[in-house]
Amino acid sequence: MSIQQAFAQALLATDAVCPEGLFSSNGADPASRFAVYRNNVHSSLIEGLASAYPVVRRLVGDEFFHAMAGLYVQAYPPINPLISEYGSSLADFIQGFEPASSVPYLADIARLERLRVRAYHAADRQALDQPSVLQQLQGAEQLGHLRVQLHPSLATLNSPYAIVAVWAAHQAEDAIAMLNPWHAQGALVLRQGLAVKVFAIDSGSVIFINSLKHGARLEVAVTNALENATEFDLHQCLTLLISHDAITHLHLDQKVSP
Amino acid sequence: MMTPTPDSMVSPAQAPGLPLRAGLGLKTEHFTQVLETCPDIGFFEVHAENYMVAGGPFHHYLGLIRAQYPLSLHGVGLSIGGEGPLDREHLARLATLIERYQPQSFSEHLAWSSHGPVFLNDLLPLAYDASTLSRVCAHVDQVQSTLKRPMLLENPSTYLQFQRSTLDETDFIGEIIRRTGCGLLLDINNVYVSCINHQRDPLAYIDALPLRAVGEIHLAGFAEDTDSLGDRLLIDDHGAPIDNAVWQLYEQVLARTGPVATLIERDNQVPAFSVLKAEAQQAQWYLSQVAR
Repeated sequence: MSIQQAFAQALLATDAVCPEGLFSSNGADPASRFAVYRNNVHSSLIEGLASAYPVVRRLVGDEFFHAMAGLYVQAYPPINPLISEYGSSLADFIQGFEPASSVPYLADIARLERLRVRAYHAADRQALDQPSVLQQLQGAEQLGHLRVQLHPSLATLNSPYAIVAVWAAHQAEDAIAMLNPWHAQGALVLRQGLAVKVFAIDSGSVIFINSLKHGARLEVAVTNALENATEFDLHQCLTLLISHDAITHLHLDQKVSP
Repeated sequence: MMTPTPDSMVSPAQAPGLPLRAGLGLKTEHFTQVLETCPDIGFFEVHAENYMVAGGPFHHYLGLIRAQYPLSLHGVGLSIGGEGPLDREHLARLATLIERYQPQSFSEHLAWSSHGPVFLNDLLPLAYDASTLSRVCAHVDQVQSTLKRPMLLENPSTYLQFQRSTLDETDFIGEIIRRTGCGLLLDINNVYVSCINHQRDPLAYIDALPLRAVGEIHLAGFAEDTDSLGDRLLIDDHGAPIDNAVWQLYEQVLARTGPVATLIERDNQVPAFSVLKAEAQQAQWYLSQVAR
């Protein structure tokens, strides 16, 4: 085993082991100094997760979060130096983490927080100004054939829990949530200008927006939403998208659908 | 106190190199304050990896600040000392950032941080022997030829030594500089931390380095712990004000090198901007004492 392989394995091992071939010039036990590296690796990654998942941390408390994040770091260390991407699989880890099962919406809150980080760093794209969106929508003869391009930061999430309400109630450090999390809620995350925003949306809007993102024409997206969701308010959804500069391009699809 | 540029029409932001002044690490919490108050700071430095994102506020603010200030791009994830090949994708991301922001300086560390598919998010120590030396030199050559510019290599802070080492750290660094033509980013806090941890005389360490190659100086604070013998163990945590011993060493370095672009680093427990600015002013005072 090479020096660096032994070093890397010892850094991520569950028990505190010290690789061979190391010494301290004063004769101190190398393990007492190797612990500095081990602590640097673990604490920097756990701190990074804590700052990327502030509401998850608040929901379970610092001590629980640190223990859970520590296990995640050991099981899934970073695979590249892009540390803003680290922790993308934390929600899936939480989903299967038995000690967290008493907070069943924890994994979906983690998914929401990950969408916020992604929206924050997503590519820049100029939005269509609101008057011209309205003008094009009103002037289009074949409204249903429009294809709507949405901002790269925009993403949705469906949850059986009231994730947006829970997330919003835990923005302050000492928040005490007096809300009922036991009902389904959809979330829309986007960046308007420099600010990341989170909205509660109905399940039809989640389907509608996801259809548009996959390139469906407006009429197809509407049909998908109406057929697959119990609630869908097209006007409200379009108003939300337009008023938050989420539409970057509109064009008429002249092709006849198969 | 601004150093006159060869062409007085060139603004500092467009100058070819870092000014021989004090600069600050740019923290995201200080973006708007920097833009609103335009502080008299020689340059800003950013960690390259933080800006390897597609868009959003980081690029927005860095673009605006770069238009007004010289910039140092400081990598923390290239793993130049790694046993494996350099990550070509990561090098390409660095090249893209350099193309976009045209920084006056690019620097990285004499350390490793990746092994196989795993990135360990720390600057880990190297065994100083002939095989490590040729590997590090090959990596520095590859960085400089890919980025089409010389780089500065930063001396490490370390807590342990390797039985396999056959060269002193200073000889190892000197040989990399001689073979590759890279410059030295002299981190005086790292010198102090390592020398206390390894019972060396910091000034003797500095005198054993090729000081003519110094292109930038880093100053930072450290944390203090003890090892199994109860001896002082200094930890390079960038989370405290610069220690008096490090300021004294800085003064002794400047007496040998003359003015050098000097960065105040603070990455943890980031204080108010005014606190960092005061440290930059203190460094600027030392610089003014050796300015000719």
